[in-house]
Parts: sequence; structure tokens; C-alpha cells
Amino acid sequence: MARMKFLCDAERCIECNGCVTACKNENEVPWGVNRRRVVTINDGVVGAEKSISVACMHCSDAPCMAVCPVDCFYKTEDGVVLHDKDLCIGCGYCFYACPFGAPQFPSAGAFGLRGKMDKCTFCAGGPEPDRSEAEFRKYGRNRLAEGKLPACAEMCATKALLGGDGDVIADIYRERVTRRGRGPEAWGWGTAYGLPGRGGASPAQPAGGRS
Amino acid sequence: MRALAASAAFVAAAFGLAACMEVEQTVGPPKAGKYQGKPDTPAWANEPLAHETARWTKGDRASWEAQIKARQLAQHEDRRIYQ
Repeated sequence: MARMKFLCDAERCIECNGCVTACKNENEVPWGVNRRRVVTINDGVVGAEKSISVACMHCSDAPCMAVCPVDCFYKTEDGVVLHDKDLCIGCGYCFYACPFGAPQFPSAGAFGLRGKMDKCTFCAGGPEPDRSEAEFRKYGRNRLAEGKLPACAEMCATKALLGGDGDVIADIYRERVTRRGRGPEAWGWGTAYGLPGRGGASPAQPAGGRS
Repeated sequence: MRALAASAAFVAAAFGLAACMEVEQTVGPPKAGKYQGKPDTPAWANEPLAHETARWTKGDRASWEAQIKARQLAQHEDRRIYQ
């Protein structure tokens, strides 16, 4: 097997935040922490709005691993980047190193002290006995040890977010792209508004600008 | 004369490069970027849950991967719908 990866199809993501909710619910992520979030560009510009769901991308050469002063990161045999919260000192160096802003720091203690780092685990838990209470409390649910895929990808209504072996999801995406064409032929527009020339509206041209 | 120059160059290089060595600064063995936390077990080292449909042989990575791959293909709606 290659490596476990996420792939988000910007043509399909409808910014429903179902992946964010699924992750929060499945892993009982603390208040103020979002392991996954949906980023939208050209917000409100008709036809040019694109959304993408972002979390830890489980990099092959992870910068968080490289900069961690206490070396609390490790990579599983299937390419998932995880960390040991018992070792983490909550310094936040990984947050600066990560290009995706994946590491999150929950408030801990009475004075809102920065807690230990929390991030997407690809629903693979952490270095505690698999499917144990301790693992769930620290890292969330270990769905891979249940033979399942991450909750965010499995819950995605439009299947914009794909999760799993990089080779398999790349094949799914490739087949999808060759089938659907590009631009206004892309999945969703014709279904929602009808085909142009048959009473349906054409998507507006991108007007540029970012939100 | 040539041998003397060569040996002088060798001695100079030995002294010069000696400064390039990295001085050990840790008390114990160097970490060298290795993971320092608790060991983790792979997903396939667990028994499948009794009430779930996912099935693999405990400890057999290939069987776990096969069932994960089948589950991944459920994300491919063309195959899921038309199969």
C-alpha cells in the first residue's frame, strides 16, 4: 500500500462543513479546536467561488516532524503522521512549520494556558492501546483500527473529500475528472440549474478577487 | 622534496579538518530526530469488531489493506451506483 492521503475536489465542495462537523463529533474535539476546516476563496462571487476542506495533509516529509524539539511525531507504516501528547510540550513550533495550519492548541487550565497540540489523526488514534478509552480521550477515535476510513471523508455528501490510499483516491479523482469535463460541464452546475441552451443559466465568468 | 610537501599538506589537512568534526553535546546517545514517544501498534494488529461488517485477519496486513481498499472504492460513486 502507498500512503494514506486526503484529496479535496474544489469543483464539488459546497462548503457545507459536514466534514468539520463529522470530525468534531467523531473525535469529540475540544471547544475552540477544529482539526478540519473549510476554506473558501472568491466568497460570494457567482461562478468563481471555490471551497476546499483542509486538515493535516499527512505530509510525506512532514515539517512538523522536522522542527519538533522533543521529537514527539512519528509516522505509521501507512503514512499517517501522529504524535505523542505525553511528550508534547505545547511549544507551538509545529504550528509555524505547518503550511496548512493543521496543529491546534486547546486552552488548558483555569487561565486559558496553551495546551498540548491537537491535530487530525486520519482517524488513526495515537500511541495508546488501540480503541481504548485513553486513546479516545487524547486523540479521538481510531477508525482505521476498526477497518474504516476517516469520518470526514466517509461523511462527505458530495464526495468532494476523498480519503484513503493515495493511489486509490488519485484513480477515483482521475476517472471523475475525465468523465465530467471541465468548467461549466463540471459536476453540479447542470444538475442544479439545467444545461445552457435548455433554459438553464450559464455560470458567470470569474471576476477575480479573494475573500 | 615532493614527499615532504605531500606529508606537510596531509598534516595541515588533518589539523585543519579536525575543527570540522561535530562535538557531542548530549549526555546520552544522540536523538538524531528519532521519535522519542511511546510505540504504537498498527491498525491490522487488532481483531475486527464483532458488530461491524469490516473483516480482516488479525495481524495480516494484506487482508486489512484489501478490506480498506474495498471501502475506499465506496467513495467512487460511478462504481458504487452502476456496479
